[in-house]
Amino acid sequence: MGYPYLPLTPEERRKMLSDIGVESVDDLFADIPREIKLQKNLHLPQPLAESELIRHVQQLGDRNVSLDTHVSFLGAGVYQHLVPRAVHHLANRAEFLTAYTPYQAEISQGVLQATFEYQTLICNLTGMEVANASMYDGATALAEAALMAMNITGSSRVVALESIHPDYREVVETYLKTVGAELVVLPTDTGRADLKDLKPYVGKDTAAVLVQQPNFFGLLEPVGEIGALLEDVPTLFVVCANPISLGILQPPGAYGADIVVGDGQPLGNPPAFGGPSFGFMAAKEKYIRRMPGRIVGETRDDAGNRGFVLTLQTREQHIRRHRATSNICTNSAHSALIGTIYLAMLGRKGLREVASQCVQKAHYTAELITALPGWELLFEGPYFHEFAVRAPVHWSKVQAALLDEEIIGGLPLAAVYPYRSEWENALLFCVTEARTVSEIQHLVQVLEEVK
Amino acid sequence: MAGRDNFPLLMELGAPGRRAYLLPELDVPGKSLEELIPGEYLRSEPALLPELSEVEVVRHFVGLSRRNHGVDVGFYPLGSCTMKYNPKVNEDLALYPGFASLHPYQPQETVQGALQLMYELEHYLCEIAGLARATLAPAAGAHGELTGLMLIKAYHESRGEGFRDEIIIPDSAHGTNPASAAMCGYKVVEVASNERGSVCVDALREVVGAKTAGLMLTNPNTLGLFEEDILTISQIVHEAGGLLYYDGANANAILGKCRPGDMGFDVVHFNLHKTFSTPHGGGGPGSGPIAVKADLVPFLPVPVVEKRENADEFYLDYNRPQSIGKVKGFYGNFLVMVRAYAYIRSMGPEGLRQVSEDAVLAANYLMAKLKSAYDLPYDRICKHEFVLSAKRQKANGVTARDIAKRLLDYGMHAPTVYFPLIVEEALMIEPTETETKASLDEFIEVMLEIAREAESSPETLKKAPHNTVVGRLDETLAARHPVVRWQGRQDTEDKTRDE
Amino acid sequence: MKVPADLKYTKSHEWTKVTDDGIIVGITDYAQSEMGDIVFADLPQVGAEYKKGESMAVIESVKAVSDIYAPVGGTIIEVNEALVDSPELINEDCYGEGWLLKLSPHSQAELDELLSPEEYEELLENEG
Repeated sequence: MGYPYLPLTPEERRKMLSDIGVESVDDLFADIPREIKLQKNLHLPQPLAESELIRHVQQLGDRNVSLDTHVSFLGAGVYQHLVPRAVHHLANRAEFLTAYTPYQAEISQGVLQATFEYQTLICNLTGMEVANASMYDGATALAEAALMAMNITGSSRVVALESIHPDYREVVETYLKTVGAELVVLPTDTGRADLKDLKPYVGKDTAAVLVQQPNFFGLLEPVGEIGALLEDVPTLFVVCANPISLGILQPPGAYGADIVVGDGQPLGNPPAFGGPSFGFMAAKEKYIRRMPGRIVGETRDDAGNRGFVLTLQTREQHIRRHRATSNICTNSAHSALIGTIYLAMLGRKGLREVASQCVQKAHYTAELITALPGWELLFEGPYFHEFAVRAPVHWSKVQAALLDEEIIGGLPLAAVYPYRSEWENALLFCVTEARTVSEIQHLVQVLEEVK
Repeated sequence: MAGRDNFPLLMELGAPGRRAYLLPELDVPGKSLEELIPGEYLRSEPALLPELSEVEVVRHFVGLSRRNHGVDVGFYPLGSCTMKYNPKVNEDLALYPGFASLHPYQPQETVQGALQLMYELEHYLCEIAGLARATLAPAAGAHGELTGLMLIKAYHESRGEGFRDEIIIPDSAHGTNPASAAMCGYKVVEVASNERGSVCVDALREVVGAKTAGLMLTNPNTLGLFEEDILTISQIVHEAGGLLYYDGANANAILGKCRPGDMGFDVVHFNLHKTFSTPHGGGGPGSGPIAVKADLVPFLPVPVVEKRENADEFYLDYNRPQSIGKVKGFYGNFLVMVRAYAYIRSMGPEGLRQVSEDAVLAANYLMAKLKSAYDLPYDRICKHEFVLSAKRQKANGVTARDIAKRLLDYGMHAPTVYFPLIVEEALMIEPTETETKASLDEFIEVMLEIAREAESSPETLKKAPHNTVVGRLDETLAARHPVVRWQGRQDTEDKTRDE
Repeated sequence: MKVPADLKYTKSHEWTKVTDDGIIVGITDYAQSEMGDIVFADLPQVGAEYKKGESMAVIESVKAVSDIYAPVGGTIIEVNEALVDSPELINEDCYGEGWLLKLSPHSQAELDELLSPEEYEELLENEG
């Protein structure tokens, strides 16, 4: 039986065994105790040839409704944007795709330089001084930022707003719970931070305040005021930002953020059922040695040529072991590469236009929806490309009516804030530059007719 | 190979006003941004992004890709990393719109195929591990470790044994093990290896006790050696009330040969980006699912994919009161799962066993051919990898690093060096099962030649690499004065020239 | 390996020098050569107090991290700020410009427990 990925022939195997000096391949497994040696085949399906595999896996894929066939108004952490075709062609170059972590710098300059460029672009977008080479995703990046803030300040209490993405909040909670740290979640009845609630927690007993901008509801938090509140206190200001929004919104560095994280999926990565994407993390320079994850630095070779290496590795697990800043090893380098190429393709004007069109189209859509009888915005306040609206009928009817018309979304808040009965019939809609005016009008028409 | 040069940075290219991509014209009535968003929220200057044409972007990244080695370029015997070939068809399948274009918050009836794939992959992995259930949520091996330790902690706490605060880890372990334990709030207790390179059973007996929460073990271990005393080890830990965690970084050696669950492990992670052939992408994304014994199932992170009884219908179960909670946004690295699923379906049970047999055969073959020229600290049958020492070469002033750098000149990636820590001048070699005998033989020739060079011309090695796009890079300079972003051509050049 | 005769030593390869206003601490020639190129020194805050044997600072090379233990209990009264920009001073002049910190000892008795140059040289021979 031959397998396309296993090149050794029976004859070569025999020759190799004889060179090793053993009779059979079983001799190479003689160190496995007899009691645990598997005596039968694993209970797994029989192998498929490539053409059969394609047919089988695509059949599974065809059981799904995809955003290629349906029009989506879903956001809530994963966004559909227009992606230049070149991004896919470049990122999937085999030399990028099939490399490991760049441990041998001299034959890994492609990945290392691209990562250095990535770090530069993330710093420029966020207005921060240093960035790492990526984290798993936005949620775990936020959790790591909370741990990093605890490490810097020596405090074990973290304050988060309820308006942070519920998944992110739950991941932070899981990470903090396991080390016995306290997570205080401040309710956001109006959909945004209330500075009154925040004030009592600011000071030496709180490691960090976590704020998402724009927040889960698409609203803009009063980050200027929060930044001012946290200016001269030990509590760190951690901002979780949508990178597309930074095409037009104030960079967090400008309003006093100490650590900025976020999910990089909107930068050219497919929705992918939620993963993989990448988490980004940037910070003030003075915190660089407390950062988790890999960092690429510039250096020189023996002839003075510029080159790039993994640097400040003593922070990491393979050297500092139980005292490392984090256990992270594998990150999301390839998704971050996609993000880098996307930003290069979009460029200075392009990213601004994407962000600006998102704002325009979302506001246009919200205006049309709230003009329908019984439909109203759930929250007041400025927003980016998402908004929550209260429906005059049960959300499940809205969802079903939309699906009938091959439209997906918005997200019923009941699914993610089950304890907030006052938000029960609200849906969160997202409108990006990828939606056209006719798609928007179709959505509104369906909403108008749903009973 | 092109001459050595300074390859320009993205930020050094382009010209003001140049564009690589155009959006369609805004097709809704436009308003000024300030009308929609108060000015205080808007940035005053555009973000400093490059301004390039499409061809410039393409040439730049194609140029960068040519400055990089990958499995598709050549041999990649990086120990502990299982750099096997990544099948092309799996890339196409992962990009199929029915997977890549799914939103995680679509109504569940619209993602039944995705849920079915996750459900089936979970059960394949459980069968391979010999365990009850699994979660696919962790994004990498280290993330799996953290999640697994959280489960162990939740398990002890549920039994009123939250006082167990120690995790035992062998001195040969991956650095992620102690780092994960610390991140989970555990104290790390190290246990020594014996002269055969295995966990010293007597030393283990000494350190287990009422405070033991668990033992983390890689089997085969980081020396590539099977822990022959595994049944005694698991008995000792279990009798002390602790649980066993299996670091699956080396699982490529045991597929279909033996199962961690049968060895006594309670929690197992697999690296889909190692064992199950998904590409590593220059550092990730990976996927680190963990499988667990029945006792630990209630604590698995939410959501768990379940199948309705007597129906071909799958759903995400969040109603799990004892769950440790969420460990990652959404459901894990789904597209990595698609590739691993396709790999398992293309190999089947006998194919997976052949994978491990060939991986172990290739490693033993290299070991047999190289042990005359390099020191072999543990001379016994290895599994999928083995560790040489450059101690002999060091007498001539040639280090493991020099040997690694010289290999690059021959178009090969180097082995993992200086790990595990218990071997001086370690060279950890993992060929994997996807290399031809010719490529193994070529590596042998090159390694023997390098051993000869270490005798005849050690300076050649100390100054290696010679044929790469840059010469040996100064890591000390990078660490002493970190430059981690570009701040303008003049600025950075001045900074480093001062050195 | 240089082992100056006017200093006292520890088993963990720190040197100490008694001055009028406190004890200067650094790492020995042997320690700096074992570490290789030092890239960073994480020094304590002035005013921090340590018991004998506690880790008070961390020295890093590219691939290794090493704790600096208090040779005697004491309070930090000064740290070598020059190391922030030039950690290489530790490699270049470990007994001079590459000093780490100065502390005010809590007890005289602990000073007497330090190794003499002869004892330290003997220790190095056994390690080598």
